[in-house]
Amino acid sequence: MIKPIQSVNDFVIKFANVNGTGSASANNLFAKAVFNMGVPVSPRNIFPSNIQGLPTWYEVRVNQDGYLGRRGGGVDIVVAMNPQSLADDVAAVLPGGYFIYDSTNPLPESLRRDDIQIIGIPFTELCRQQFSNTKQRMLFKNIAYIGALAALLDIDFEVFTQLLSKQFKGKEHLVTSNTTALELGYVYAKKTFECPIGIRMEKSDAVGDKILVDGNTASGLGCVYGGATVCGWYPITPSTSVVESYSRFCERMRIDPASGKKRFGIVQMEDELAAIGVVIGASWNGARAFTATSGPGVSLMSEFLGLAYFAEIPVVLINVQRGGPSTGMPTRTQQSDLLACAYASHGDTKHVLTFPANPKECFEFSAESFDLAERLQTPLIIMSDLELGMNDWLCDPLEWKDDSQFDRGKVLHEEQLENLKDGERFGRYLDVDDDGICYRTYPGAHPEKGAFFTRGTSRDRHALYTEEGAHYVDNMERLVKKHRTAAKLIPAPIINIDDKRHKMAVVYYGTTDNVMAESLAKLEKQGLKFNSMRLRSYPFSDEVAEFIEGHERLFVVEQNRDGQMRTLLIDELECDPSRLVSVLHYDGMAIPVEAVVGGIINNLSAEQNRKTGEAS
Amino acid sequence: MTCVPKSKFHHPQLPVNELGLTYRDYEGSMSTLCAGCGHDSVGAAVVQACFELSLPAHRVAKLSGIGCSSKAPTYFLGKSHGFNSVHGRMPSVATGANLANRELIYLGMSGDGDSASIGLGQFAHVVRRKLNMTYIVANNGAYGLTKGQPSATADRGSLMKGGKEVTDEGIDLVSLALSMGATYVARSFSGDKEELVPLIKGALSHKGFAFIDVMSPCVTFNNHQGSTKSYDYLRDHMESLISADFIPHKSEITVQSEPGEAQDIFMHDGSVMRLRAADESYDPCSRSSAFAAIEAHREKGEVLTGLLYLESGASHLHENLNTVDKALNGLGYKELCPGDEVLKELNESFR
Ligand SMILES: Cc1ncc(C[n+]2csc(CCOP(=O)(O)OP(=O)(O)O)c2C)c(N)n1
Ligand code: SF4
Ligand SMILES: [Mg+2]
Repeated sequence: MIKPIQSVNDFVIKFANVNGTGSASANNLFAKAVFNMGVPVSPRNIFPSNIQGLPTWYEVRVNQDGYLGRRGGGVDIVVAMNPQSLADDVAAVLPGGYFIYDSTNPLPESLRRDDIQIIGIPFTELCRQQFSNTKQRMLFKNIAYIGALAALLDIDFEVFTQLLSKQFKGKEHLVTSNTTALELGYVYAKKTFECPIGIRMEKSDAVGDKILVDGNTASGLGCVYGGATVCGWYPITPSTSVVESYSRFCERMRIDPASGKKRFGIVQMEDELAAIGVVIGASWNGARAFTATSGPGVSLMSEFLGLAYFAEIPVVLINVQRGGPSTGMPTRTQQSDLLACAYASHGDTKHVLTFPANPKECFEFSAESFDLAERLQTPLIIMSDLELGMNDWLCDPLEWKDDSQFDRGKVLHEEQLENLKDGERFGRYLDVDDDGICYRTYPGAHPEKGAFFTRGTSRDRHALYTEEGAHYVDNMERLVKKHRTAAKLIPAPIINIDDKRHKMAVVYYGTTDNVMAESLAKLEKQGLKFNSMRLRSYPFSDEVAEFIEGHERLFVVEQNRDGQMRTLLIDELECDPSRLVSVLHYDGMAIPVEAVVGGIINNLSAEQNRKTGEAS
Repeated sequence: MTCVPKSKFHHPQLPVNELGLTYRDYEGSMSTLCAGCGHDSVGAAVVQACFELSLPAHRVAKLSGIGCSSKAPTYFLGKSHGFNSVHGRMPSVATGANLANRELIYLGMSGDGDSASIGLGQFAHVVRRKLNMTYIVANNGAYGLTKGQPSATADRGSLMKGGKEVTDEGIDLVSLALSMGATYVARSFSGDKEELVPLIKGALSHKGFAFIDVMSPCVTFNNHQGSTKSYDYLRDHMESLISADFIPHKSEITVQSEPGEAQDIFMHDGSVMRLRAADESYDPCSRSSAFAAIEAHREKGEVLTGLLYLESGASHLHENLNTVDKALNGLGYKELCPGDEVLKELNESFR
C-alpha cells in the first residue's frame, strides 16, 4: 500500500464539473478561502467551447512558497462531480493522492485504484434531503463539497462564513442557505472520516498585500486609467472580458456628474475589421481608442494594421492569444500569434509588441500603451493569453501615480499652427526631430493650416500622393528609424545575472514567467545554473542584443510549436541560430514546470550523448 | 502622377459667401480622374453645396475607401482633413472618427464597388448605427480603378464593356439604406447639378445618417450602349419624383407652400427642405411610400431620383450611446483618469 501524500499548504486540487451547473462560484469560493488564509493560490479554469453540458475542470495550485505555475503531471486531490469524466478523473490522481466523489451512485468497481485514498460523500443525496427545490439541489451540491473540503483539509470554517457575508451582503437569506450547504458537507466529512487527511492547510502570511485578479479585468481597467474613450470590438474568447471589464469600470468611473452622460463610447461592431476601423478612425481624430481580440480577429485586422503602420496612426490592440491556427483551440492558451502580430499585414511592416506576464503588467502595459502608441504614432499590440486573461492570478496590488499626465505625442494644435512662422510649412511626414516621429494635426484644428490627406498610398513628406521611388524609400527608411526609437521607449527586459560566468541562459516572455523561478530552482538542484532574461517588448533593445551576445547557449522557452520568438530574435538581431535552443510547450494548457526542466535537461543530455558518441 | 496645387489667385469679382470665401476656397487639388468622369461633377456639387452653406471647410472631415470615387475627396475641400482608408471599410473609420469628435461634419465618399461589393457589410451596419454623417456613393455600376469589371450595382441584363451581359442581380443601395434605417435617403445624377446640390446641402444639414446614391458614369469603362449607367441611358431614364429645395434657417421663408403642392420639412437647425413631389400621393416621410415608388419605377426601367425619404428628429449614434456633449477627444486627464484612491478601493475588492 502506497503511503498517502502528506503536505501542508502545498498541493494541487482539481474539481471535475459539468459546464453550466453553477460550480464556478463554489470553486471560486474555495480559491478565495485559500487566499484568505494567507496562502498563495492559483486557480485555473479548464473549459470547453460550450455553454452547457460538457465537462469542465478547475485546477487549483496551493503553494506556500509562492510557486504558482502549473506543476505538470498528476494532481494530489480530485473532487469528481461529473459522472461523464470519472475514468479520466480517477486516472489524474497521483499515487498516494485523494479521490473525493459523489457516492450517491457507487463508484464502478473497474475504476477503483488501490494506490489512492477514495473518499465517497453522497452530495446529491444530502442536498436532496436538505433542499426542496431542484435548482437549489443542483447549486448547493457544489457548496456542499466545499464544506467537506473545509473539514478534510482543515480550512478555518469562519473564513468561509466571512467570504459568504461579503459576497451576499444585504441578501441574508443567501448567506444562511449557503452556510447550511457548507455545513452539510462539513458535518458529514467530520463524522465519517478522520479529519484532516494527510494534506492540510494552515494559516500563513505568505500572501501579504497581494490581490487576486484576472488579466482581462486588469487590462480593461488599464484602458480606463490610460484615458481610452473609444472602443470598437467584436466578441471572441478569450478577449471578450477585456471589453466587459472596460465597460463595467467606465460605467462606474466615467459618468459626467453634471449630465449623467458617458465619457466613453463603446460600440460592438459587425466584425473585427470594423472594430479596428473604429480604433483607427478615432485615433486619427485625436481620441484614445483600443480594441481587444484573439487570433482569428488579428487575421481579419491585418489589412488595417498595415494602413495604421504606413499612415502612422496610433492603435492599441489587446490580443488575448488562444490556440491556433484557424478556430484551433478557442478555450486553450498559447503564445502562437507572435510572428503574425510582429509582421501583421502585407508589405514591409513591423509592429510594436508588449508581453505582460501578470495582471499588474496587464494593467500597466495597457494604461501606458496609449502614451506609447500616440508617441510613436503606430499600432501597439499587447500580447496577453488565455492563461493570463481568464484566470485569477495572485499579484502585487495595482498602483497609480497621481501626478501622471497623458503623453499625447507630437501634435500641433490650433495655437502652434497659428504660430508657424512665414515660410514654415507644416508637413505631416517631416522628420523635424530626427527620431523618425513626425508631427500630426487633428481634423478641424485650424481654418487654414495643418489639413492633409491621410492615405495608405505612398506620399511625400507633405502627404502628397507620389509613387516616385525616392520618396517611397525615404519614407520607409524613416519608419525603420522610428522603429528603432520605439525600442528605447517600450518596457525593458527583466534581466537576472545570477553569475557573469554562466554560459547558459534562459529567455522567455509572458505567462512562462509563472513557472520560471520554480524551474530554475529545480535545475539548480541538479547543478545547472542559468542567467535569465524576460522579454517584455518588441522591437528588441540593445540590452537584449547584449544579453544574447553574452551567452553561449540560450534556451528560448515559449508556448508555440515553431519557436516564434526564437525566429524573431534571429531575424531581428542576426544572432547565430545554433546558440538559441527552443524549449516548447503548446498543447493548449499553460506551460508546466516539468516542460521547462525536462526540455532543458533533455537537450543538455542529448548534447552530452552526442559528444561522448563523437569521442568514442 | 503628382498633383499640382491649383493657383490660389482669386478674381476680385468672384462671389463670396457669409464667411467671405469664394467657391474656389472650397476646391481641392487638380483632379487626376478621366476627363468627363461623373465623380468630378459630384465633387463640384459638394464644393458648391459647402460654399452655399458657408461651411467652415476645416470643420468637415472627408472619409473614403478605395476607388476612383474614393480618390475624389482629394479634389474638393482642400482645407479639410481627408482620410483615404482601405477598400470597403470607410464606414468603420467614419464611425471611430465620429465617436472621437461629434462636433465635426462627416462626409463619406465611396463607390459602388467600395460600398456594395467589398464593403456591403460595413455599409449596412453604419446605416443601422445611424451615424451622424453624409454618405455619398458615386455609382457607376463598375470598378473604375481596376478597369471596368462589373460591380454589385450593375443591373441584371445590362451589358458590360466588351458586350458581356450581367447575370447577377444588381443591388439597389437606396432600398438597402431605407431598409437599414437611414433617415435621409436620396438619389440623383452627377449630370444634374440643379437637383444634386440642394440634396447635398440637405444631407450635410441633416442630423443622422444621410445617404445619397449619385449615378456617376464612368466614361472610360461603362458609358457604352447597353449599359444602364451611361450618360445617355440615365438622361433618358431619370425620373425626378421629388425635387428638393434647401432653405437655410437664416433666410426668411417667404412663400408658404400650399398643401399638395410642396411640403416643408424642418431640419434640426431650423433650415427647411421644401419638397415637391410629382406624384401627389407620394409621402416623403413614409418608408413604405418610398419603397413602393422605387419598385414601381424599377419595374418600368426608370431610375427614380430626388429626396426619397426624410425622417427628421431621429436619434443618432451619440444620442443612443448617451455620450457627453463635449467631443471625447477634448476630454483631459482629470476627466478620464480615476486616480490612485479609486485604485486602492479596487485593490481591496480584489482581495
Ligand atoms: C482589399 C482590396 N481588394 C482589391 C482592391 C483593388 N481595387 C481598387 S479600387 C477597386 C474597385 C473600386 O470600385 P468602386 O468603388 O466602384 O470605385 P470606382 O473606381 O468605380 O469609382 C478595387 C477592386 C483593393 N484596393 N483592395
Ligand atoms: S476610370 Fe471611370 S471612374 Fe475612374 S476616373 Fe476614369 S471615368 Fe472615372
Ligand atoms: Mg464604381
